[in-house]
Amino acid sequence: MQVNKTENILNDGIETAEEFQVRALDAMCINESQLTHKWYHNLKYMVVGIAFGIVFVKAEIISWFRIQEMFRFQSFHMYGVIGSAVVVGVISVLLIRKLKVRTIYGEQIEFHRKQFSVGQIYGGLLFGFGWAITGACPGPLFALIGSGATVIAVTLLSAIAGTWTYGYIREKLPH
Amino acid sequence: MDILKNPWPWYVAGPLIGLTVPVLLIIGNKAFGISSSLRHICAACLPANLPFFKYEWKKEIWNLFFVAGILLGGFIAMSLLGNPNPVVVHPDLATELSGYGITNFDSIVPADVFSWSSLLTLRGFIMMVVGGFMIGFGTRYAGGCTSGHAIMGLSTLQWPSLVATCCFMVGGIIMANWILPFILAL
Repeated sequence: MQVNKTENILNDGIETAEEFQVRALDAMCINESQLTHKWYHNLKYMVVGIAFGIVFVKAEIISWFRIQEMFRFQSFHMYGVIGSAVVVGVISVLLIRKLKVRTIYGEQIEFHRKQFSVGQIYGGLLFGFGWAITGACPGPLFALIGSGATVIAVTLLSAIAGTWTYGYIREKLPH
Repeated sequence: MDILKNPWPWYVAGPLIGLTVPVLLIIGNKAFGISSSLRHICAACLPANLPFFKYEWKKEIWNLFFVAGILLGGFIAMSLLGNPNPVVVHPDLATELSGYGITNFDSIVPADVFSWSSLLTLRGFIMMVVGGFMIGFGTRYAGGCTSGHAIMGLSTLQWPSLVATCCFMVGGIIMANWILPFILAL
């Protein structure tokens, strides 16, 4: 039954509501676009990623030292980075909503409300622990490996294992 | 060129990161987030018939292109714009770290802790492997990380994201100030 459903989706690219529910579960970032494109359209996200990775390295956001200074209140740097990013983000989203900006493909830009779950507290604290120990959140893990700290590939694999373990025991956890 | 090679100030980096939000929305209706890529990797490589990983991950493949770009960006920044000088560290932090034998500030992460040779020491294992596991488990349980919750979630004024962001910070402050010193002393 499940296999047939997956096959259907693969064949005609139409997603059921149930499928969307699963995909949107515990995620902030889901692809809202209804359009399908050839694979190379994805290269533009890689270009944005490259720019993002360069900023991560050059502003030392991927530095374990900067993260320690942030959590020990010894430096304003990281608060400035996150704070000004949020300000620019808020203004951008306001403008997109107000001016009804569309995507380059003419699609309407969508935003979804996020439901509260106690996972945001328990998971948030646990992620905070991991962030302070490794000095990295998920983005910097990728940038660190690229920048030559190859051992961080082990940390990334461990993070993938952590995500998988969450998926494995998800139903037993409070949400 | 020196301006590019020296560490960039927060008021340059922060707005550039914030601009990722509208750029991703406008070029394809994509909400900014990074930790979900870990889930897509699970769904693609080892779904193991778990309901949480049974979805059409190919619909989110843009996210994998995005993180691959971040990795490449890290490589480009280091090879073309690398800062030849040691990382400047707050004197209080430097003093504290020297007490744990961490004195090498040449690279962006402390080579005394994060290296292949220290991976199998107790301290290295906790910091690289256990720490990584907490990132992966915690971000998914929280439904996002610094990018998804703190930047995208706050940008769209969602209060659950504010709760998550506060918990990230509280967790980090507790760990860095009261638990990490014991781990570093191992």
